[in-house]
Amino acid sequence: MRKTRQNLKSPEQELRIFRMRALLAVVLVFALTGLLMGRLAYLQVVQHEVYSTRSEKNRVRVEPLPPTRGLIYDRNGVLLAENRPTYNLTLVRERVDDLDATLALLVELLELPDEEAEAFRVRSRQRQRPFQPALLMSDLDEAQIARLAVNRHLLPGVEVEAQLLRYYPDAEVMAHALGYVGRINAEELQTLDAGRYAGTHFIGKTGVERYYEDALHGQAGLRKVETNARGRVLRELGRTDPVPGQNLTLTLDKQLQTLAYELLDGRRGSIVAIVPATGEILAMVSAPGFDSNQFVTGIDVASYRALQEDLDLPLYNRAIRGHYPPGSTIKPFLALAGLAEGVITPDKTVFDPGYYQLPNDSRRYRNWLRWGHGRVDMERSIAVSNNTYYYSLAHDLGIDRLHENMDAFGFGQRVGHDVFGESTALMPSRDWKRGRFNQPWYPGETLSVGIGQGYWQVTPLQLATATAVLANRGEWVKPRLASRIGDEPVPLDLPETPEDITLSNDAWWDRIYAGMEKVLTGSEGTARRTGVGLEYRMGGKSGTAQVFSLGQDQKYNAEELAERLRDHALFMAFAPLEEPQIAVSVIVENAGGGSTHAAHLARAMTDAWLLEDEEPDIEELREVLENDDGSVAGN
Amino acid sequence: MAMIDLSRVLRAHPVRPPASGIARRRSLWERLHLDPWLLAMLLVLMVAGLAVLYSASGQRPAAVTAQALRFGVALVVMFLIAQLSPTTLLRWALPVYLAGVLMLVAVELVGDMGMGAQRWLVIPGVIRFQPSELMKLAMPLMVAAYLSRRELPPRLRDLAVCALIIGVPVALIARQPDLGTSLLVGSAAVFVVLLAGLSWRFILGLGVLAAAALPLLWMNLHNYQRQRVLTFLDPNSDPLGSGWNIIQSTTAIGSGGVFGKGWLQGTQSQLEFLPERHTDFIVAVLGEEFGLVGMLAVLLLYLLIITRGLWLAAGAQDTFGRLVAGSIILTFFIYVFVNVGMVSGILPVVGVPLPLVSYGGTSSVTLMAGFGILMAIHAHRRLLPR
Repeated sequence: MRKTRQNLKSPEQELRIFRMRALLAVVLVFALTGLLMGRLAYLQVVQHEVYSTRSEKNRVRVEPLPPTRGLIYDRNGVLLAENRPTYNLTLVRERVDDLDATLALLVELLELPDEEAEAFRVRSRQRQRPFQPALLMSDLDEAQIARLAVNRHLLPGVEVEAQLLRYYPDAEVMAHALGYVGRINAEELQTLDAGRYAGTHFIGKTGVERYYEDALHGQAGLRKVETNARGRVLRELGRTDPVPGQNLTLTLDKQLQTLAYELLDGRRGSIVAIVPATGEILAMVSAPGFDSNQFVTGIDVASYRALQEDLDLPLYNRAIRGHYPPGSTIKPFLALAGLAEGVITPDKTVFDPGYYQLPNDSRRYRNWLRWGHGRVDMERSIAVSNNTYYYSLAHDLGIDRLHENMDAFGFGQRVGHDVFGESTALMPSRDWKRGRFNQPWYPGETLSVGIGQGYWQVTPLQLATATAVLANRGEWVKPRLASRIGDEPVPLDLPETPEDITLSNDAWWDRIYAGMEKVLTGSEGTARRTGVGLEYRMGGKSGTAQVFSLGQDQKYNAEELAERLRDHALFMAFAPLEEPQIAVSVIVENAGGGSTHAAHLARAMTDAWLLEDEEPDIEELREVLENDDGSVAGN
Repeated sequence: MAMIDLSRVLRAHPVRPPASGIARRRSLWERLHLDPWLLAMLLVLMVAGLAVLYSASGQRPAAVTAQALRFGVALVVMFLIAQLSPTTLLRWALPVYLAGVLMLVAVELVGDMGMGAQRWLVIPGVIRFQPSELMKLAMPLMVAAYLSRRELPPRLRDLAVCALIIGVPVALIARQPDLGTSLLVGSAAVFVVLLAGLSWRFILGLGVLAAAALPLLWMNLHNYQRQRVLTFLDPNSDPLGSGWNIIQSTTAIGSGGVFGKGWLQGTQSQLEFLPERHTDFIVAVLGEEFGLVGMLAVLLLYLLIITRGLWLAAGAQDTFGRLVAGSIILTFFIYVFVNVGMVSGILPVVGVPLPLVSYGGTSSVTLMAGFGILMAIHAHRRLLPR
């Protein structure tokens, strides 16, 4: 059987074919192996540099070391802005098997509303680099950290990471003056120095935090680490330490600032207090305040909307952006302008029949006292806040000289050295009116400006600064918030300080002060009730401003409307007269009742600053304010 | 007729004629039915493989011990199979093949899922078994057994039968899905047909047919398989997903340079950037730590093994032995080529291990069983009746 098959087959031919094919196979095997070797030589010799670099990049990761933000202290070393250790929730997507399940579990563990899962999903996609943690949530509380720790084995790729977070212990009182830090947004990211801000999540958004961002932030360091493919750091290869931000010492006095906020007692308004000789801002309050800590971690939409829609505009910094007609508070400055320009002398009198008339004009510009103050000299004009005297003065000065002289006191300009977001407010002039309305200036408008009404608007900071310059006998010092940056004191003489104001007769300053003292202590003084029991000599000037609506398009009920249509009460003051240590401006919106409300607050401020161990009694003050209906006060 | 044939064989493989009619004294190796050269080279490869594995396994001695144990088992299997005579192999070809096909069908019906594919046949508490591994050997045996009884070069009718023999199990394995194994099983069978003398016209025709079938094949691929092909064409299209493996493996090899970073010093491997570094991608560890020099040395060792294998195949007594031996050794080359080609980025990712270096028991045993067959065919050539 075997034989027959062999006869059919041809072993010789089969062997030959096999040998041919095997030979071919050997050739093919060698050729293909040669191809492999060529490929390997290409990778390992020709492209070696490229892959070496890539392998190094794989292995070595440069991690930023964010600097610690500088602390902020008040003038007495009380901490106003600190860095609190907090815990953040981070997630490395590459290490998470089932993202949806993990996020759902997190939301459940952290007891968050279900919508948060979607927010988490968005945040988990933010970082593009593989194995970089994405920040899901900051400021975990202890219960949340504990629950995460217990369930850690169910959450691969999820980490709780310690981080320093800005914290403002007296947020509400300090919010406007200090400002706050917030998450760096996309817009800021484009203009920032990426190297300096590597690893930094927060940046100063407003106030001191914004103005001194450079000094407070410091310089990021970095460390080179070797990591494995899961992103775990195995060892450190080298590091450059970060340079921490510089600490900032402010001129603010936390106690005085807090007092000012309490004095406003929930009303809308602003108080600014300055040391005249140095320009140090002791207090700069805008009320109502808000909790700036909310902005650090990222405020939720509902809270933000509530703040924005609040009729009291808590986010609005009245101290530097509030525009108020100064009313009669500017009368001492106008008197100075009259003296400087030779329009008046201290003893020259004007007869006040209760009104003023321009030549060839039948219109009567009224004094606040219908029957008039009779003969009025300069000191009395300040003490009783006579309008007729200033109509006459303004008319004689004319708008050009008036503008020029008020300009010298800083009205219509940004006066602060390191105040972020300050408004210029408005000191009107011929040019301004032509530019704004394309209309000529009318003489009647000069009269309005002469009693601090019309187009004239000031900020509380401007009024306090002008008062300080006045108290300094015309010597200018720019108001400032910072006294020391790190170990460097901020110099007294700052660039762009306006020129000092000089009078041909230096004694005239004292005559102005005398008028201002009579406001508080004179028998006819508009704030004589406030001046009762003064333990030092104080000069001041009252003012009322007809309502100027801060917010447009507001909806409010009739009761609200009535309240909000009442006049603003203003007061500016400095003390002691001989050697001024504090200048203050107070504005209480819709306080009504003349200017007495503001005057009482100003006195409480100077008392607190000048008298030792004087604990101001807010309750007592409330009583005084209630009983003082402003019946003695005029303008 | 037979005498002439024999003389030709003798001329190709000169052996000393038996001295004075008495059976020549057989050497120890001949009595053991082993080829010392092949065995020595395989042992060198295994030792080198264990050294690389120690590094690739994250320096876990346990992995090396386990692998050494498997090598031991594989060597025993090889020795036992080497004792079988080619006639036995020829007899068993059909039953083993049929059993393999039946088991593949069983896998299709009741198989155990593992790693996303249905590859395992489990008799609970007894054995976990991968029928496709058996097929790697059963297939060339079956095709060779069939063709060795036909007139060669094969006629069209024989080829049709061969296509059936090959097609059924390959399709079953591909369905599991296990592209790598179906490729290996398929090529083992195709090598038999090619070595049997498939005419060039057919080869050309099949080539054209295969090219025409490519779109059809593409449509029947699983998504992950298509993704592998796309990734192969442009690894950077999905650098963190399917492209990750190939980017990391080429980076590992390329960064190794000429002399490598040194044993246990490869950062790509030791820091776990390299995926599957102790199994399919182990050659990247070799390339990173031992450089081009190490790679060439290992490739050369493979070449020597293959050349020796083909030499032994050419010396086989009959067509069946030649075809089986040739197919086994060329399939061994396919392992090497596909694996190294894939890891170095010139072939798409297909699950084929680097023979006797990659961690894994089943494939080592199968491979060594194949070498057992090779040695059986070689060692028994003079025992066949003339």
